[in-house]
Amino acid sequence: MTTFIYLAYLVAAVLFILGIKGLTKPRTAVRGNQLSAMGMFIAVVVTLFDQSILSYEWIIAGVLLGGTIGAVMATKIKVTDMPQMVALLNGFGGGASLAIAAASFLDPAAATNAVALISIGATIIIGSVTLSGSFVAFAKLQELISGNPIKVPGNKPLNAILLISAIALAIAMVMDPTNTNLMYALVAVAVVLGVLLVVPIGGADMPVVIALLNSYSGIAAATTGFITGNTVLIVSGSLVGASGIILTQIMCKAMNRSLFNVLFGVMAEGGEKIDADEVYAGKVKSTSPDEIAMMLETAERVVIVPGYGLAMAQAQHAVRELANVLQSRGTDVKYAIHPVAGRMPGHMNVLLAEAEVPYEQLIEMDEINPQFEQTDVAIVIGANDVTNPMAREDKGSPIYGMPILNVDKARTVVVIKRSLSPGFAGLPNPLFAMDNTLMLFGDGKKGIVELTQSLKEAE
Amino acid sequence: MDMTLLLLLTLFVVAVFLGVELITKVPPTLHTPLMSGSNAISGISLVGALLSAGSGAGIMVNVLGFIAVVLATINVVGGYMVTNRMLAMFKRK
Repeated sequence: MTTFIYLAYLVAAVLFILGIKGLTKPRTAVRGNQLSAMGMFIAVVVTLFDQSILSYEWIIAGVLLGGTIGAVMATKIKVTDMPQMVALLNGFGGGASLAIAAASFLDPAAATNAVALISIGATIIIGSVTLSGSFVAFAKLQELISGNPIKVPGNKPLNAILLISAIALAIAMVMDPTNTNLMYALVAVAVVLGVLLVVPIGGADMPVVIALLNSYSGIAAATTGFITGNTVLIVSGSLVGASGIILTQIMCKAMNRSLFNVLFGVMAEGGEKIDADEVYAGKVKSTSPDEIAMMLETAERVVIVPGYGLAMAQAQHAVRELANVLQSRGTDVKYAIHPVAGRMPGHMNVLLAEAEVPYEQLIEMDEINPQFEQTDVAIVIGANDVTNPMAREDKGSPIYGMPILNVDKARTVVVIKRSLSPGFAGLPNPLFAMDNTLMLFGDGKKGIVELTQSLKEAE
Repeated sequence: MDMTLLLLLTLFVVAVFLGVELITKVPPTLHTPLMSGSNAISGISLVGALLSAGSGAGIMVNVLGFIAVVLATINVVGGYMVTNRMLAMFKRK
């Protein structure tokens, strides 16, 4: 029977790998996800035949409860709230591994050798950090607490002390496997560590944090696998762990910041403080939807640059409507996607996909940047720091070196924004004061809708 | 070090490398579904949770197992369903 179960686990692992492979192309992605789900189904069903399972009451109750919650979440969640959903799922993944490790520690039959005990300790640390860290990330994204970085005095030494205590407690657990108090202490220390790790991180750095916690949840599953020598847990956990680490790297690179700087809330120190009034004084030109519509009538190439503000304003459908009108007039419309636009990797792509924008029109940064010079009108909606030319030109600027969308190279730039308030980096954006830039102040969705209306009336 | 542990470690390392190779090929446009899809895959801890929830090792083990089953099932069901929902948006023309 055990041989049969492990062969089925092998099949499941292969299906997970094929599933992720399917995700490498939008066309095969749905199929890939189904293969992956099939792998999960096989792994779960064969496990139910394991002889060590004596009763099914808790299992049935848990699957029914969890299945209902999961299904409701997946169907009710708005696409704009997807980062919150992923944050929660990361946390649940960590929580599940934590609970299994704790259960194994209390079960005299499971916690038998040093390897199992070390794995239990590692899983408890990673699982707890993932659980509490993800809930803090969720609270920030949901705006239950401030999305701004919250300074914790003595942050770095405090985290170091917590981490060292956690490792010490884990070692003590291996030495004295009957002492359950050690386990509870370890959970407490690691939970506090998770909270302190995420609290100082600001909203715009969330893509990095979410990707990193995603990785942790996978690593926790893999270490859980080492407790009982469960192969499918090890393989799937490492796949997820690798996935999260790669996304973390991509996000860090797109912000030109090291993982360490993101985690400890360090922004590069700018030279002298730049005065916003000096940058903007008398140079900012405000415009009206009618005026932009007139410009768009003669434009041949338009690039739309979305940012987090697009999600906040729920303006994705309005943007699509504008693009439809433009395209029906023969205008070429593309979308420029910066890797860290939004609050999680791929956030803008999902939002625009929801509004039925074909993914071929979403162009990555490196590909779109050379095209801005031939662009008649670039419409920036809800993006700020990722368009700031200081990142390219001002060596003294804290964001110098961050890859940006070269929106300022377009013939005309229209920025739809509520006010001149700075973005996450806290810097004024010289783009707003450039000769070829026009500001349309107001709500993003309202601005786009009025603009589309003016354009339609002009016909 | 016994052979089983060595084999498991080998499995772990090889799977990490395979993961890296696979994930670098996923286009940025699918990064969000990749994350929710990998959330679903990390729900594989359900397998371990079932064993704890169904074991005869005492009520505490069962209760912790139950909690793990609930959380992992949310990941599995929620993760696959929401990924499917998102991918369907990418597929249609």
